[in-house]
Parts: sequence; C-alpha cells; structure tokens
Amino acid sequence: MTGKPTPTPNADTSPFWEACNEDRLIVQTCRSCGHVQFYPRALCVKCESRDLNWRDAKPEGTVHSCTVVHRAPTPAFKEDAPYVLALIDLDDGFRMMMNVINCPPESVAIGMPVRIVFEDREGQKLPQAEPSANA
Amino acid sequence: MSQTAIISGVHNTKVGEVPGSTCMSLHTEAALGALEDAGLKLSDIDGVICAYALSENYPMLSSAFCEYVGAEPNFNAGLHGGGATGAMMVMQAAALVKSGTCRHVLCVTGDNRLTGMTRDKAVAALTEFGHPQFEQPYGISIPAAYALVAQRYLHETGATLEHLAALSVSHRAHAAMHPDAHMTKPITMDDVANARVISSPLRLLDCCLISDGGAALVVSAGDTRADLKKRPVTVLGAGQGHTHEHIVAAPSLIDFGCRTASARAFAAAGVKTDDIDVAEIYDSFTITLLIELESIGFFEKGTAGEAALNGELTHGGRLPCNTHGGLLSFGHSGAAGGMFHVVEAVRQLRGEADTRQVADAELAFVHGDGGILSAHCSLILGRA
Ligand SMILES: [Zn+2]
Repeated sequence: MTGKPTPTPNADTSPFWEACNEDRLIVQTCRSCGHVQFYPRALCVKCESRDLNWRDAKPEGTVHSCTVVHRAPTPAFKEDAPYVLALIDLDDGFRMMMNVINCPPESVAIGMPVRIVFEDREGQKLPQAEPSANA
Repeated sequence: MSQTAIISGVHNTKVGEVPGSTCMSLHTEAALGALEDAGLKLSDIDGVICAYALSENYPMLSSAFCEYVGAEPNFNAGLHGGGATGAMMVMQAAALVKSGTCRHVLCVTGDNRLTGMTRDKAVAALTEFGHPQFEQPYGISIPAAYALVAQRYLHETGATLEHLAALSVSHRAHAAMHPDAHMTKPITMDDVANARVISSPLRLLDCCLISDGGAALVVSAGDTRADLKKRPVTVLGAGQGHTHEHIVAAPSLIDFGCRTASARAFAAAGVKTDDIDVAEIYDSFTITLLIELESIGFFEKGTAGEAALNGELTHGGRLPCNTHGGLLSFGHSGAAGGMFHVVEAVRQLRGEADTRQVADAELAFVHGDGGILSAHCSLILGRA
C-alpha cells in the first residue's frame, strides 16, 4: 500500500495500460496521416481523423527536462523526496512524463539517454525511466 | 460610432492573512469597493462574472455570489481560466458591453486560501493537480511543473538563477510601496539564493505566495462615462492564446500561448510593445514572468533576465513591471491573483499609484496565464 495515485484506465487509454501490464510500451498512431500521439485520444489532433491504431514503441528515449522534487505534493510522495520528475522524449517521437529512477537524483540531466522499465503499483504497471547506462 | 468598453471602477481588499474573512465576504468587499470607485450601485449592474474558489465549494460560484448580495442580473456566468481568469473576465465583459448585451458588468474574484482552507481541502486541491493518468502517478506538483519549464529554459538560453532572483527582489521592493501587500519585508539576492529548494531549480522565493484576498472591477459601456465618478480607462485590445492544459502535452517548454494572445491584443489596439509604459504580467513563479516577457516580445529570447538584473523592470527602467509586487510579493489568492494585475494597471493609468506611480503612464499591458503556461489572455489598457 503506497497510497500513491494509480491510473484509472478508460475507453481511450485501456489498450495502453493493458500493454504496460505486459511490460510493453505502445503508442497511438493515425491511419490517415501517420501522426504519433501521446496521450491517447478519440481523434488525431493533427488531421481530426478518428481512424486510429496502436503500435509498439521503442522503450528508449532522452530526458527533455527534469527537476528534483524536494517538497512532495502529498503525503504519499513524502518518503520518495527528493525524487526526479522528468519529461522524456521517446525515440519514436512522442513525450511522456515519468520519474527517472534507480540512480542518484542529481545525476539526471537534460539529454541523458534513458530506457523504459515498468513499476508495479497496486496491480497496475507504470512506465518509468532509468539511465540507459544502468542496462 | 461603435460602443467602446471602459473599466469604470476597481478595488482590492487587504491581501495576506485576513482574519475573519470568508470567500463571500472577500467577494462582497471587493465588489462594493469597485462599485464605490465607479460611483455606481449594485442596482446599476446588469452583468456579473465570477471565477472559482477553493475555500468554499460552490458549483456555481457566480450564482451563489448574486444570491448572497441579492443581485438579479441579465447576464451571469462563471469563468475558469486559472490565472488568466482576471484578464479573461475583462475581455468577456468588454464583449458584453460592446455588443449591447450589458451596460455595467461586475467582475468579482476572491478566496481565503491562507486562513480558510482546512488541511483536507488543501491536500485535495494538490492531489487533483495534473493529468489523472499521465502526470499524477508521478508525483507532479505545480512548482515541479514550472521547474520542468525553468530547467529547459535555463538549458536553452544560458539564463542564470541570478536572473530569476533579480525578479524576486524587484517584486518585493514594489510590494513595499503598496499599503495592501502581503509581503513587504525587503529581500536580497542572497536571501533568494539561500532559500530552500522546492523543486530544482526553483527556490521558495521563486514561488508565488498563498494569500487571502479579493479584487473586483466594473467594465462599462463607453457612453456611460458621464455617470461615472472617475476618469475611466479604455480596453483598447484583448486577445487569448491556448495550446494545452497539461505540461506533458505542451508543444514547447520555452514558448507559449502568450505569444499569440499578446499579438492579438496588440493588433486589436493598434499599438506595439515599445509603446507600453507599464506592464502587469502574471508571475506565479519567477520563470513564468521571464518567459512571458520574451514570448510577448518585450525582450529577445534569453535577455529578459539580464534586463531584470540591470533594473530595466522597475521604475525608471525600460519597462516597469508588476509595480504592485505581483503574485510573488503583493499576494496570490486564486483567481484574484490575476485580477490584482488588472487593478494595478488601472491605478497606474489613472495616476493613483502614489509612490509606485510610473510617470506619465498612458498605455498599460496586462497578461494572465492559467495552468502551466496553458491558457493566456492579454489586455491593452489606455487612459481614456
Ligand atoms: Zn491524423
């Protein structure tokens, strides 16, 4: 019991979260224009098409920005502080928010290559980033 | 000749710790103050716009306010644009008087976020911030989201923590000249540098305050000016820009909707950045202001910080900015936070800003942003 929030999948997002539970990162793509979008939606934000598809995404990326959170927003995250909150640019051309874990917080920097690992949170797996160098 | 929109009255309550205040008492004090300032009565008002409040739960705050004060307007609506709400209210009210829908629109904001929030309400408000599936599970906070912006901005522009600190220091000095401000004790560059880190690189003194307070104003049809007590201020132009709500979905971390919002407002008013005498620009964090000053076009990318260090953003400088002390030092009480900027701009244009007065201020720029630099609204105001 961590008390940390877990995602509640909905009609837009359940394929994504189900794939996570199989340790797979997938991303929504548009059949009409090829746009890759995150987070998943009911339409393509580039061409307005509703003809959308899923495909496997390469579980690697780069830190676009990062911060070391010293003051946790809620009691559930207090124990983790200081922790790294980051925006990760995936190699397949989309951006996600993750924590960068399994390394000292101060070692994380913009441009650092990362790979995706999955954290089990109360039965739902959550994509997280760790330095590629850890592999 | 088509109808113009003027701001006929403004008021802010005391800001900071206001013991005994409630959300509704702050709304009422702000509203009555703005009416008094305009020389109008509640019965003259035919339009009301309110925002939102965290300290008291009203699903329809604007209706609750009208009920509380006994108003039965022709037009009544709530507006939720985060920190952009104050400027958005003026834009919306101006459209209502220009179209002939209303003659006098009362825009009211207030919240007692400092003394009126129970611990449960405060935690709940923090828990609800961020995208529920793709941000909240990672422990996002409002300062952390702005810190992501700051880190990228510093990385790309070479701006320094000193640049951010210069803004904290000048805002505190401005607040010290305002009788209603929350924090007036002077601070130094060292104080900012030594303040504890909230979310790197942002330190405590890079972050806005949490205050009790309220602010209101009346937007009137231009042809009512003979009925008004004071020289009005004209809404010359307004514009909005919207790119995202969640920082994970922002198209850029260093350029935001303030660029389009301000371009639309400047075009509507037919003026340029160089024409502006005083600017009141949203400053939820020091980084917010730095980025907005550049996106709006007052400074080239990466140069606003140096300008702040050189005193360009205070009295006697190139662009006196946030002359009331902003959210960083005057105070921040929810939607009232962005309204304080509008109130100060009006006072500057009327020549009522006492020791804070920018000499011969004729044209003011006001900007609000809500979310994480998500929703933007710019106003150009001029001496009527
Ligand atoms: Zn498409």
